[in-house]
Amino acid sequence: MSTIHLAINEKSYGVDTDPKTSLLTVLREHLDLTGSKYGCGEGQCGACTVLIDGKAQRSCITRVGSVAGKQITTIEGLAKGDRLHPVQQAFLDEDAMQCAYCTSGMIMSAVALLQKNAGPAEKEIIDFMDGNVCRCGTYPRIVRAIQRAAKAQAPAVAKGVSR
Amino acid sequence: MRTKTNAGIPLEPERYELRAAAPYRFDLDRRDFFKFLGAGVVVVSVLKPAIVAQESGGGRQRRGESLPQQIDAWLHLGENGKVTAYSGKVEVGQNIRTSLSQAVAEELRVPIDRIEMVMGDTQLTPFDMGTFGSRTTPTMNPQLRKAAAATREVLMGLAASQWKTDPQQLVASDGKIVDPKSNHSIQYAVLLKGQQITQSISADQPLTPATEWKVAGQPALKVDGRDFVTGKHRYPSDQKLPNMLYGKVLRQPSFNATLVSADTKTAEQMGATVVLDGNFVGVAAPSTQAAEAAIAAIHAEWKSEPQISNKELFDFLRKDATQGKDPSGDGDHYETGSVDQAMSSADHRLQQTYTVSYIAHVPLEPRAALANWDGDQLTVWTGTQRPFGVRGQLVEAFHLPEEKVRVLMPDTGSGYGGKHTGETAIEAARLARAAKRPVKVVWTREEEFSWAYFRPAGVIDVVSGVRGDGTITAWEFHNYNSGSAGIRTYYEVPNQRIVFHEVHSPLRQGSYRALAATANHFARESHMDELAHALKMDSLEFRLKNLKNERLRAVFEAAAKQFGWGKSKSPGQGFGMGGGYEKLGNIATFAEVNVDSKSGDVRVMRVVSGFECGAIVNPDNLRNQIEGSNVQGLGGALFEVIEFENGKILNGRLSQYRVPRFSDLPALETVLLDRKDIPSVGAGECPMIGLAPAIANAIFDATGVRLRALPLVPNGLKAS
Repeated sequence: MSTIHLAINEKSYGVDTDPKTSLLTVLREHLDLTGSKYGCGEGQCGACTVLIDGKAQRSCITRVGSVAGKQITTIEGLAKGDRLHPVQQAFLDEDAMQCAYCTSGMIMSAVALLQKNAGPAEKEIIDFMDGNVCRCGTYPRIVRAIQRAAKAQAPAVAKGVSR
Repeated sequence: MRTKTNAGIPLEPERYELRAAAPYRFDLDRRDFFKFLGAGVVVVSVLKPAIVAQESGGGRQRRGESLPQQIDAWLHLGENGKVTAYSGKVEVGQNIRTSLSQAVAEELRVPIDRIEMVMGDTQLTPFDMGTFGSRTTPTMNPQLRKAAAATREVLMGLAASQWKTDPQQLVASDGKIVDPKSNHSIQYAVLLKGQQITQSISADQPLTPATEWKVAGQPALKVDGRDFVTGKHRYPSDQKLPNMLYGKVLRQPSFNATLVSADTKTAEQMGATVVLDGNFVGVAAPSTQAAEAAIAAIHAEWKSEPQISNKELFDFLRKDATQGKDPSGDGDHYETGSVDQAMSSADHRLQQTYTVSYIAHVPLEPRAALANWDGDQLTVWTGTQRPFGVRGQLVEAFHLPEEKVRVLMPDTGSGYGGKHTGETAIEAARLARAAKRPVKVVWTREEEFSWAYFRPAGVIDVVSGVRGDGTITAWEFHNYNSGSAGIRTYYEVPNQRIVFHEVHSPLRQGSYRALAATANHFARESHMDELAHALKMDSLEFRLKNLKNERLRAVFEAAAKQFGWGKSKSPGQGFGMGGGYEKLGNIATFAEVNVDSKSGDVRVMRVVSGFECGAIVNPDNLRNQIEGSNVQGLGGALFEVIEFENGKILNGRLSQYRVPRFSDLPALETVLLDRKDIPSVGAGECPMIGLAPAIANAIFDATGVRLRALPLVPNGLKAS
């Protein structure tokens, strides 16, 4: 048991726990950040996906001790005030969910994908997202939502370049 | 066994679902409504038309009179303009919170965002048997629409008496009553100031016809979608109370094992609350980790009997049904004409056996419950499709009167028929009673795989007789164990014998999306293809020759057209179809597969679904449900199978049990037939049933290999 310092959604936390505890358990049980979900506990379903220094990672198989001091982003930290992240907005607009239990993980993976590849082809989306399971089978809509978010982000990126 | 609902629609004779408790006798005084809800108007929807006639005969009820029993929904429009609809149905991803809101918005003429749906709370909502069997749209939706329409009429009556005018000339629109002649206009909320009106809907309450719908019938986004994309929504597994402990249960090493002894000393020394009660061994501790550690510290001895494995399953199912049981005794038996005679005089006879394996629901959110005792009053938040059923289980488990137990169902991470029971509710409640603190139990994925229940496995024997011209003359169909949903054929056959055989299942089994309709349609629609092939007839032509049902013909024809049935194919490519009738919806599914002759890999490339479920309520959500049915259906069709041996599940993890992923996705096309002249029915299940036979038939078309077992290709075509 030791105090682990975590930077989550641009806030600092000190958590007293065994460094081997999973990040998902710390998020959900210690910090009550329940947007990240438990689905399988072995990194197979992606429901627990968070960003660690911008990269998608399965928090259920990530030891909390290994992410001390790194920038952690969860679904709760994606919107800026009332303004949704373009990927969140695209999931809403495409109604890319049924029970929506997989949605946080899907959105976090999609954010990581678009950070790496601003205009992914359908095949690239499918390859990148293949580790995220939607048991309700809304995959076609999720693909559309990611394409929509890519388009929505494109002008902003272009503007940034021109400046 | 058949029961009738108020809509006169027969409830599917599905033994796995008929575990309903006695209907709740609702006994709330009308004054309680207003104490609780505030002034306004309450319109109740009553199940029995006879009671409706009685109660609504005199118009408004007198003050203090208790409301009719057998209420199935009610609607409150407050003097603050807020609309709240109460239904015992629950949201598990089928989006009924949205479609029911649409129904209310349509009839009440208010924006959809003004409506709050209170669902699946045994204290606040009327009794409901459960959310399954695609019942919400055909039953709850019209009841709530009637309640909303009746509310609108009450408002018109109030406005008419205020303006001393004829209510017939008034119009309701956007939360106001308007008199087009005088240009008077008044907000609902203003009309209701200080009012306390209760009313029951009448059986013949007129509704807005589907052709005039403005809100219903239109695409509507998930009403609380924002809470889901921000992670704000609290699922059952996210619930939390102050001082809450985390519970864990010691699982038996194999099914049906009995506890011989348990040493719990170490676990107790670790500070955990330990409960040893009959076969139940559980702990509660301040964290999941501490609870897991305490469970691991318990040394227990169990006794168990040898049990069969999935390798012997199908022989067992057939043998068990015929030994010591009248094969036609317990199950459904339907017989018409003279099957034996017709069979012997047929030009061609075909006999084949089809099998389906046990599969798991794998709801992404495992079972979860949070239980809290306040004296002898128990409150449980849990994910279930039957909150009232779970209340009944808690009443039974803890010997409590019904009014001492409240079950609430926060919108849950899916069910697919897999969450009809209250295991975690009972476990959490037992631990909470011992700990004298709230306890939450969330199953691990492994627990969910082993200790929930499965879609029943089954063996289906089909014998058929046809004339040389393609007319089916005899049909004999025996289903062992998988179930009787969809067992009857919709093809015109004068001589039929259809029998469901009950078997003592070696694994715990229960409801699953579309129930046995998937198995029965797989057998029937595969067999139809085999007959067409034997007769050298086109599969579609052969089906249509034996099919009179116009609605089913229409979906077959529409989907065939969209698919381009009859087009030429390239090597490795195959086309197939399957379809049918289930839960009052009609589906025809056409599939294109590609089989890699070297690797044996089977890929479903394209699926076209023709679907008709009466008047469409929400076309966008309907497409979502159909796509979802096809994606989920791919798993059971191609590769999902539970492997078991001697009372243990061998592949009970997500790394061992394959579910459909992005990369399995075929191109999905949907043709919707909107029959505005036919009442709307549900669509969560029916669209799934045509897929497995369509794929099996397409694989045959591609390779000449006929596969008669689901899943079709768990290890690719070569290995199967």
